[in-house]
Amino acid sequence: MAWSRFFIWPLAAISALFFALGVWFAFFNSPADYQMGDTVRIMYVHVPNAWLSQMVYGLMAVSAVGSLVWRHPMADVSMKAAAPQGAAFTAMALFTGALWGRPTWGTFWEWDGRMTSTLILFLIYLGLIALWRALEHQANGPRLIAIVTLVGAVNIPIIKFSVDWWNTLHQPASVFRADGPTMPGSILMPLFLMMFAFTFLFALLQTLRMRTEIERRRVRSLERRHVAEGATA
Amino acid sequence: MIELGQHAQYIVGAWSGVTLVTLGLILWTLRDAANQKRRLEELESRGVRRRSAKTDSPS
Amino acid sequence: MSAFLALVRRDLTLAMRSGGSTLTLIAFYLAVGTIMPIAIGPDKQLLAQLAPALIWVGVLLSMLLGLDRLFLNDHEDGSLALMRHANLPLAAICLGKLLVHWLVTALPLILMTPVMAMLFTMDGAALWRTVLALLAGTPAVVALGGIGAAVAVSLRGGGFLAPIIILPLTIPVLIFGVSAIAPAAGAGTSSAAFLFLVAISLLATAFSPFAIALALKLAED
Repeated sequence: MAWSRFFIWPLAAISALFFALGVWFAFFNSPADYQMGDTVRIMYVHVPNAWLSQMVYGLMAVSAVGSLVWRHPMADVSMKAAAPQGAAFTAMALFTGALWGRPTWGTFWEWDGRMTSTLILFLIYLGLIALWRALEHQANGPRLIAIVTLVGAVNIPIIKFSVDWWNTLHQPASVFRADGPTMPGSILMPLFLMMFAFTFLFALLQTLRMRTEIERRRVRSLERRHVAEGATA
Repeated sequence: MIELGQHAQYIVGAWSGVTLVTLGLILWTLRDAANQKRRLEELESRGVRRRSAKTDSPS
Repeated sequence: MSAFLALVRRDLTLAMRSGGSTLTLIAFYLAVGTIMPIAIGPDKQLLAQLAPALIWVGVLLSMLLGLDRLFLNDHEDGSLALMRHANLPLAAICLGKLLVHWLVTALPLILMTPVMAMLFTMDGAALWRTVLALLAGTPAVVALGGIGAAVAVSLRGGGFLAPIIILPLTIPVLIFGVSAIAPAAGAGTSSAAFLFLVAISLLATAFSPFAIALALKLAED
């Protein structure tokens, strides 16, 4: 991971640049949507977080495979570093979704298919974080968590499918079709800028957290050896 | 700043909530990184080193 | 095959000798069936309408609470380490343990369901559909719960975590399970839900023994 230090400042710069451009476009250089009005500006923070909530789980699932198949310690570190970030992005997606829903649907929470599966995803993230806290220091802990992560990854499409099925059962007329292919460029521009900004921010934080995690392990092993040497001396 | 229309409070609420959580995430990550770095330096200054330690810093 | 049967017989005998946990499970299930109508109010029509959901929630919670000992006893007294040297793949051993667990937890709950149906004033046809849906869906709950139980072996004293991890994964079972019973859903949906339920159970039972075997190996090493 020594090479990763050369990525930190470039990643920070790119992310900051995209955030600056994105915020400028989102508030000063884009019109209100003809249907959603100004609430479309909530989309610019909602969609990137919704995308990251799934992307981070994808990264965790890939790392879990790396941990189980190749037993690569970096895969464990990557899984552990990603979990709290995924939970944070999912929480932000839910929060902004609720604030968008209030003026649009007249309610903070709608048991809409997407919101429901995002809530379930949030619960899965919380479970995994709790599992990391409980199992981290055990011999095969990270690989046990990798199993649970993969079982979750296999289940998420099934959960999504079942929730969508359940949703159409209970309200045949769907209220939420905001994201047609007809989005004008004036909305797409800030949307993509913000998505890039958040994705690069995640890449930056993931790199930093993985480096910190490696240092934490080193500190722990040094302390252990220090104590052991002290005992023999 | 432009006019945000009748739903300004929701837009401001969503953006400020996201800003708070994102800043929190960044600060937490940076503080954790600084903490580990400090502990490592503390240990090294007391003479506890890795066997493979050559000259410089972590990873 | 005979090794598999011997294992099933051993586990069944052990479960029968210490029948306490099955009794606790039934007591919990009936307690859920008692507090729900008290909380909702004795409105018979409303209760009958909510009955499929209440029964599924009761079964799900009872089964999740009962899964912490699934592998723990065998891990603690060393039987599990011994079984790894049997001439039977560990995944097959896990499948046998899941089967026994289903027999001593899910089956008694299903047998108690007529009592629940009475408490919720369900009619006969709905009760019949409920029993069928429970028979089709509970194997998936046992299979998914087994993964949580296998991980819980390594959680010293943190057994409460396993239900938290497994609960979100059982939501499809809950959705299709309730829809397979509820007649209000419209023509065709309940039989579709029933088929999905069977599919989930088959998939979960087919794949989870391997995940459980891997988790147990990691826990024992």
